[in-house]
Amino acid sequence: MNSILSVVPIEYYLGLSVILFTIGVMGVLFRRNAIIVFMCIELMLNAVNLLLTAFSTLHGEAGGQVMVFFIMAVAAAEVAVGLAILVMIYNNLRTVDIKEMNKLKW
Amino acid sequence: MLNQNLPFMILATLSVFSALMVVLSRKPVHSVLYLIFCFFTIGGHYLLLNAQFLFAVHIIVYAGAIMVLFLFTLMFINLNKELEPHKTNLVKGAATIVAGTLLLIMVSTVTDTGNILPQQASTNEVGTVAVLGKKLYSDYVLPFEITSILLLAAMVGAVMIGKRIQIKIKHNEFNT
Repeated sequence: MNSILSVVPIEYYLGLSVILFTIGVMGVLFRRNAIIVFMCIELMLNAVNLLLTAFSTLHGEAGGQVMVFFIMAVAAAEVAVGLAILVMIYNNLRTVDIKEMNKLKW
Repeated sequence: MLNQNLPFMILATLSVFSALMVVLSRKPVHSVLYLIFCFFTIGGHYLLLNAQFLFAVHIIVYAGAIMVLFLFTLMFINLNKELEPHKTNLVKGAATIVAGTLLLIMVSTVTDTGNILPQQASTNEVGTVAVLGKKLYSDYVLPFEITSILLLAAMVGAVMIGKRIQIKIKHNEFNT
């Protein structure tokens, strides 16, 4: 069974993943809301997942897709703990602005 | 040629647009909704790549679990009323320059590696549940089991952190 990769060159997927990853980096640098920063990290993880899947399909190897599965599990764990930390920070500081979270900075 | 590219092009445009709107929209709830849309378009890419198992897991885990968690936290904190103060123009310009430089570096690296890529896509069927299940329970069985421990640890950690801890040490108790 032929996949989309027989008509779409892999370079297009490389370009799309690079663009998505860069948008995620820009969001992390751009925004001050900690939840949005978290979402941009998820965006970067997804860009990498997409590229791993594309190369796994290109080479006909299942290892890449297994790796994507593990990345998804780690992302779920990370989000659960991270959002719990954010809720605790909000309970203590009454804000999720990352400018206010500078107690460990200096 | 263009007709065959069309599904990929439409999905790619939608993903990039919604990813940009995640970063640029002012209200956090709009960002979350755009991110859900972005995840669905990436799921569409998985379908195009014949990765049915990953499509199902992606929709269930990301669009189902993670984004519900995000929305729940957002509603819990109730940030939608106040618009966040934006960063100064200096920081915005610096962020754009850094991101643009990163894009340039990655694009140049990718164009350098173009020659070693295989030109012919493999026709093996790798994305189905049967193939991935066999792989997961034979070659990758140890990481798979460790993942369950990781999820358990994350669950315990989230509960412990999220619990409202009332530690109040009285001063005279502390001194004596």
